[in-house]
Order: sequence, then structure tokens, then C-alpha cells
Amino acid sequence: MGLENQIFESLPDVVTVKLDAVVNWARKSSLWPATFGLACCAIEMMNSVSARNDLSRFGAETFRASPRQADVMIVSGRVSRKMAPVLRRIYDQMPEPKWVISMGACATSGGVFDNYAIVQGVDKIVPVDVYVPGCPPRPEMLVHAVTMLQEKIMKESLRDRVDTDETESRASTVPGTLPVTEGTTLERETEIEVARKAAPRPYTVPSRHERRRSS
Amino acid sequence: MTEKLHQFVEALRNQSPDWVSDVIDALGEVTVFVPREAIVDACRFLRDEHKFDMLADLCGCDRGPEEDPRFEVNYHLFSTIHYNRLRLKVLLSEEDPVVQTVTSVWKTANWHERETYDLLGIQFKGHPDLRRILLPSDFDGFALRKDYPLRGFEPYSLN
Repeated sequence: MGLENQIFESLPDVVTVKLDAVVNWARKSSLWPATFGLACCAIEMMNSVSARNDLSRFGAETFRASPRQADVMIVSGRVSRKMAPVLRRIYDQMPEPKWVISMGACATSGGVFDNYAIVQGVDKIVPVDVYVPGCPPRPEMLVHAVTMLQEKIMKESLRDRVDTDETESRASTVPGTLPVTEGTTLERETEIEVARKAAPRPYTVPSRHERRRSS
Repeated sequence: MTEKLHQFVEALRNQSPDWVSDVIDALGEVTVFVPREAIVDACRFLRDEHKFDMLADLCGCDRGPEEDPRFEVNYHLFSTIHYNRLRLKVLLSEEDPVVQTVTSVWKTANWHERETYDLLGIQFKGHPDLRRILLPSDFDGFALRKDYPLRGFEPYSLN
């Protein structure tokens, strides 16, 4: 008498849907945010995933410290001009599909910090999907923003989210931001050296465990 | 309350009469105006002879473009042995905001002087590494000068 039985009795064996709908449903159901706590809004962001406001009900509780594993960047706090290139770089390092939530008045418009040190709105640096007003916004508002983002994701087409070609993404620079690094001088030199010595792998050489066995 | 601090002023005067150009005694604090040529010697003298072994703070100040001299650099000295506090002040004109570094006296002056240079554009002659410290290195102008625009400065754009 479980839920599964009910579903299997009521549904046909084959269901025809749009591919967009299925993929977007999968995407929206497990949004992994990148931790980008910059100021006091980050406290509310932490609150939204804790027991009272349980963001995991909407599948977005797994905060990732690595941009490579993240889908949403929640910019929570004021972005200083010195932080701006770092923020852009982390955004560039996130794989597609990726979204940005601008959390709070400062991230959205600079807030009260209308001065030389603060970027007047994070949308000057990265494209923003959802803006959350407030100073700081309550955790409920962030949860609402995530659900709004989920609605937005359901309206997307797969063709909107093509990953940027790697050479292109490396070359792309936004004014005032750092380009994606091409490695240190040492790394580049080592690369050249390895390429110069490049020879077809001698498969006759026994691998380490084979050598150990024979000795 | 400030008699003890005035001893240091007298000691500075005895050492060299040129070192003290003015003294302010207010709110239980003593401020000594030092000519900029003498600041390093005066600091070293106070550190070695009167145990001001700590530079509690070094900060710049812009009195406004209409003032002359426009800039001042404040040295807040502290003695961790005798708990004395003394403030030295150097006045600098707008045309030539250059003062000798005191990194040779207190190592901690290094970052404080970088901050003062970063925000006010006061140059410290002989500083080992006079770069911007708080603002990005491509920042244009000196942000805490009174004639720096308060708003409307936006270098970043997605286009």
C-alpha cells in the first residue's frame, strides 16, 4: 500500500514528455549553490539551510566550496572592487548550467555603500537571474528566491545552456577583471619540456605492480 | 596628568631644538608637531631613550584642499613598559606630500604607510615596498582625499 503502488497503478508504462521538461525538472530539483558569503547576508544564507528554514525541502541545501561542483552562485553581501575580479573568476569556473542569485540590497545595487570601494550591483560583473531585496533578506526570502529560480529553470530550453568553448572561455575577459589563468611560468615550461620528450608510450614496460611481483 | 608626557617633549627639545615646532596639550593627550626632516630621528630617539617600543598607529589626514599645509601624518607612540602614549604629527604641503619612512624604526610602519599612501597619496621616501594595500592595484586616484568624488565612479561593466 505504499506510494509507489499507487503511482504504478495510476500511471501508464510509457510517458511521452518534452526533453526540456525532464532535464529542467532534474536540474531544478537539485540546485547546488556555491558558497559565496561576503557579508552579513551570508548569516541569513546559512540560516536558510539550517533546521528552521530547511532549504533542502527544495533540493538546494548542498553548498559546495568548489565552483566546479556548483550550479547557483548566491552572492550574499556587498562586493568590493577588489573582490569583483575574484567573483567573476569563480563564476567563469562554474560549469553550465549556472545561475546567479543576487542576495540583499548591497549585491543588487550597492545598497548604502555608494562609494569608491563597492561595486554598485553585482549585475555589473555577472548576469543575475533572481534579485532578493532586503537588508539582510530573511531566510524565507532566499527560499522564495530559490523557488522562483526553479520556476525560471522550468521555462528554459536546453539550447540556452550550451557550455562555452574552452578556448573561448579562456580568452574572454571582462573589463576590469582578471583573465582565467594560463598557469605559472614553471607549469608552462614543464609542459613544453614534456611535449618535447613526448614519445609513444612503451607498452612493453611492466607497470609497477607487475615489476614488484616479478622481483 | 600630562606632566610626564611633557618630560618627553622637553627631552626632544634638549636633544635638538629643531625637532619640536609646536606642542598641543588637550584632553589629557600631548601632540608634538615635528618637522618632516626630523621625524625619523625623533622617533628613533623616543624609541631608544624613552622606551616607546610600539607604534600603535600611523595614519594620514587630509585637512581639505583649501588648507595649507594640506596633509598631516600622525604617529601614535606607545610604551609597553611605562604605558605612555605620545602623538607625533608631521604637516605636509599638497605640492610635496613626501615624508621619510619610519620602517627602519618600527617594522609595523610598513603596512600603515602603505595604507596611508593608498588612500591619501602621501609618499614615504625609503619605504621598502610602497604599493597599494587595500584598493585594487589599478585604482585611479586617492580615495580618502577630500576632493575625490564621493560617488559616480564605476569602472566595471558587462559590456
